[in-house]
Amino acid sequence: MAEAAPEQGGSPVVFTRHGVRHGARTALPLLLGLTPFALVVGVIAAGKGLSLVETLVMSGLVFAGSSQLLALELWTDPAPILAATLAAAAANIRMAPMGAALAPWLNRLSGWKLWGSLGLMVDHSFALSVTEMRAGGRDAGFLLGIGLVMYAAWLVAVAAGHLLGGAVRLPPGHPFLFAGAATFVALLAAMWRGPRADLLPWGLTALLALLLHRIGLPAPLPLLAAALAGAALAAWLELRHAPAAPAP
Amino acid sequence: MLRGDVLLAILGMAAVTYLCRAGGYAVLRAVRPPPFIEAWLRHLPGPLFVAYVALAFSALGWAGLPAVAAVLLAQRLTGSLSAAILAGVGAIWALQWIGAA
Repeated sequence: MAEAAPEQGGSPVVFTRHGVRHGARTALPLLLGLTPFALVVGVIAAGKGLSLVETLVMSGLVFAGSSQLLALELWTDPAPILAATLAAAAANIRMAPMGAALAPWLNRLSGWKLWGSLGLMVDHSFALSVTEMRAGGRDAGFLLGIGLVMYAAWLVAVAAGHLLGGAVRLPPGHPFLFAGAATFVALLAAMWRGPRADLLPWGLTALLALLLHRIGLPAPLPLLAAALAGAALAAWLELRHAPAAPAP
Repeated sequence: MLRGDVLLAILGMAAVTYLCRAGGYAVLRAVRPPPFIEAWLRHLPGPLFVAYVALAFSALGWAGLPAVAAVLLAQRLTGSLSAAILAGVGAIWALQWIGAA
C-alpha cells in the first residue's frame, strides 16, 4: 500500500490514509478564503452565459480559481478558445516550479498517487506541504488530503454561486459583476511585497497594458504582453537585489 | 447543456493547467531552469492581475479609482477576501446610484 524508500538520514517517505486525513483536517480553515472566491467564479460564469454543467466541468477539470476567473472575464460568445487557454497558461505557469520543490516527497510516489496529487495541487496545499516537508513530515498523503477537501468545496461553492447568479439574472453593468475585478484587486493587496519590489514592475505593467489596448491590440494580447514584461522586470529587480557576497 | 465551443475552451484551459502542475514537476526535477526564468515564472501572477485590473478599471474611467480604494482599504483593515469584494461591489453600486459610474 504505502510506497517507501529510504531518504538520506531520515525515515522513509510514505503515503498513507492517515496522511490524507491529516491534510484534509488541515484544509478545513482554508475553506473560509476559498468560498467567497468560488462564489464569485460561479456568479461571473452565470453572468457570462455559461450553463451550470459548463461551469462545473470547467471547475472540475481546471480547478484553478484565478485562471478560471481571468478566462471568464475575457469570455466572449462564441467561446474564446485561444484566449482562455493562453490566460490559463499565464495564470498557472507559477505552479510549474511547485511540484519540483516537492520532489523529495513526489519522487517516492508513482501512478495515481503521483499524478493525482499533482493534479489537485493548489497554492495553499503547496505552501502547507512544503512547510510540513521541511519540518520533517514524511507522509506525502498530506498534499492529496488538502487538495481533495478544497476540490470538493470548490465544486459545491462554484455551483452555489452559479445558482445565485442565475436566479437574479444580473444585467450587464450590474455592480455584482464587478466582484471579479474586485477579487483581483484584493488578491493584489495580499500579494503586495512593498514598493521596492513591486511598484516599478506593477506600474510598468499597468501603463503597458493600457497603451497596448489603446493602440488597438486585440484581447488578450495587451494583458499577456504587459504581464510578461512586468514579471521580467520583477525578476530582474529581485536578482539584482539578491544578497551579494558579504563585504570583507 | 454543454456547447462544443465552450467545451473546447475548457479543455484547452484544463490541458495547459495540468501541464503546468504535472509537466512542471516532470521537467523541472530533471532540468533546473536559469534563475532568471525561474523568477520570471514565479512573478507572473502579480503583473497578470495588475494588467487585468488596469484594463477593467480604465473602462470605468475615474470612477474606478474610489472602487479600487474601497477594496484595498477593506482588505487592509479586515484581511478578509469577502469583505474586500463586498466593499468593491458596494462602492460601484454607490457610484452608479449617484450617477458617477
